[in-house]
Amino acid sequence: MRLTLKLYATLAEYLPAGARDNQIVLELPGNPSPHAVLDQFKVPHARAHLLLVNGNYVPPAERDAASLQEGDVLAAWPPVAGG
Amino acid sequence: MAWTRKILRVNLTAGTCTPEPLNMEWAALYLGQRGLATKYLAEEIDPKVDALSPGNKLIMATGPLTGTMASTGGRYSVITKSPLTGAIACSNSGGFIGNEMKMAGWDMIIFEGKSPKPVYLYLENEHAELCSAEHLWGKSVWETDHLLHNAHQDPQLRIACVGRSAEEGCLYAGVINDIHRAAGRSGVGTVMASKNLKAVAIRGTRGVGNVRDFKAFFKATQAAKAVLAGNPVTGEGLPKLGTQVLMNVINEVGAMPTRNMREVQFEGANRISAEAMLVPRESDGKPNLVTNAACFGCTIACGRISTIDPKHYTIANKPEYMGANGGLEYEAAWALGSDTGVDDLDALTYANFICNEDGFDPISFGATVAAAMELYEIGAITKETTGGIEMKFGSAEALTRSAELVAKGEGFGRELALGSKRLTEKYGHPDLSMTVKGQEFPAYDPRGIQGMGLTYATSNRGACHLRSYTVSSEILGVPVKTDPLTTDGKPELVKAFQDATAAVDSSGLCVFTTFAWTLEDIAPQVDAACEGGWSPEKMLEMGERIWNLERKFNMDAGLTAADDTLPKRLLKDAAKTGPAKGKVNELHKMLPHYYEIRGWTPEGVPTAETVSRLRL
Repeated sequence: MRLTLKLYATLAEYLPAGARDNQIVLELPGNPSPHAVLDQFKVPHARAHLLLVNGNYVPPAERDAASLQEGDVLAAWPPVAGG
Repeated sequence: MAWTRKILRVNLTAGTCTPEPLNMEWAALYLGQRGLATKYLAEEIDPKVDALSPGNKLIMATGPLTGTMASTGGRYSVITKSPLTGAIACSNSGGFIGNEMKMAGWDMIIFEGKSPKPVYLYLENEHAELCSAEHLWGKSVWETDHLLHNAHQDPQLRIACVGRSAEEGCLYAGVINDIHRAAGRSGVGTVMASKNLKAVAIRGTRGVGNVRDFKAFFKATQAAKAVLAGNPVTGEGLPKLGTQVLMNVINEVGAMPTRNMREVQFEGANRISAEAMLVPRESDGKPNLVTNAACFGCTIACGRISTIDPKHYTIANKPEYMGANGGLEYEAAWALGSDTGVDDLDALTYANFICNEDGFDPISFGATVAAAMELYEIGAITKETTGGIEMKFGSAEALTRSAELVAKGEGFGRELALGSKRLTEKYGHPDLSMTVKGQEFPAYDPRGIQGMGLTYATSNRGACHLRSYTVSSEILGVPVKTDPLTTDGKPELVKAFQDATAAVDSSGLCVFTTFAWTLEDIAPQVDAACEGGWSPEKMLEMGERIWNLERKFNMDAGLTAADDTLPKRLLKDAAKTGPAKGKVNELHKMLPHYYEIRGWTPEGVPTAETVSRLRL
């Protein structure tokens, strides 16, 4: 299946060289969990504080569930805030 | 006691500067800064007064922790009646002017009347003097700052002043201090200029003493600083990326107001984001962001210092804009960018420089340009109206030219300077003004963040995110995560944020500390500094008292529950994309319960029991 991974702020350093606009398109087998995708890029789970799938928040308890679907956009941030 | 217990009353009509004791009975109920100055204003002016008449007053106020060793203890506020909204205005700024006022020995300065000629206040410890500012009138903030430093031959002089936009009647002009920090919202600078008061220049050398229990204060402030340093948001996220880190977050969750709030996601968001500010440019190999910056005593340092691409069209043959200056923060970047459809980072940075240089609010300015762009698109205004500007969504040239015109009060800029409410009314489409109580929205679409709809609708100073930043909870999970798409529990959440924020805004501390601190961290610092037994519960009750006092001021000024609403677009037109697709803001589900838990009647009026309980 195909999905887009977006890593922002200080998580951008985990993207492979050549990634543009903080994102990369991936081809993955099955329906991986958000954490499984992050593991491929060695993103520490604790640093991926805010985790969204298609803009919807994924609670920590659901991040190991094999839930991702074809075309999903997985986006992650470390703890951030603004105003 | 941390308070100096002294205020300076400046009668601009008579040209007098008179010290008087701080009303400590009021200080016990309202602490300082926002709360205490609002009490003074409410007691001293008729809320129905014309905001730009001599009958209005303007108060510059510090909090008891301003100028102390508490982290972020450099804040001050400007309190007056707003010419933009007709409601209470309280605009908060950092930088170094607040601590300087306190170190000169003053808790607040009350300006009343109107000077017959332009003046500035020179304040050096106890010496207060009104000096001619006729040579400064017509000068920008940057020129004024430079001329005053030269005139007094004191590089450590701290200056707050208005720019040309305020002099020319821009209704959302701010008071700028330290070149690029701003009491930016609600037109407080317009009121200052209406009094022929160009600047306040302060030098204080006395330090801030009289802390109630110094050992306890040292312990409380050190413990609180450790909390800020250890928190990933205040210790790492804000220093490195600033508030601009929210650009991609808010866009992803589908709450990014775009093209005058017609859409909720902006395709150019990443190009104007914090991440983009770190990317080296082709022209000189340098990124937009030069460094971060801190206000007085701040251990977070979220400020941005930026440069514009030397090859960019905006600064060709303009050396004054080629150096480093105050860079984009999220609210400015959104209003100047996403809301106008402009994704040119350097154009936004230039427009932001102009806002600082001539002292006007980039939120209201950007949102008004966005409204003008929609008017242009539907043919309600033309190039004839705009003086030749093609006011198209996405046009960087239209944005930057508009900024230049508003700065100097020229051409179509004179109409943009009155805000989107007056502009859209004039051209027959008032529904295109994205405002509450006449003030433009900040950067969160309330269709995608339901609590922010209630926040905006009930904000005492018109649409504002800093009165109740439920984004913290609804999006960022601070202190607990709530669902941004439901209205459940939002009245309670909004009330809690409103009351706590009013308390923080009255202390001298920065509200950004609350990404790490709660009142459990703040109250011990206030209590160690001030008499009065300041527990978290007492701070929260004081916040509620301030909120109700502001509400009462507004009602006495003529506002009603009918003003607690949102533009039709947000209540009727569903979001087209993102998680909120198909949703409008469901204000009607939240507002009645909000009134109830506030202790207000169904008409939004504080009941006699509430007034009594809060000792209003």
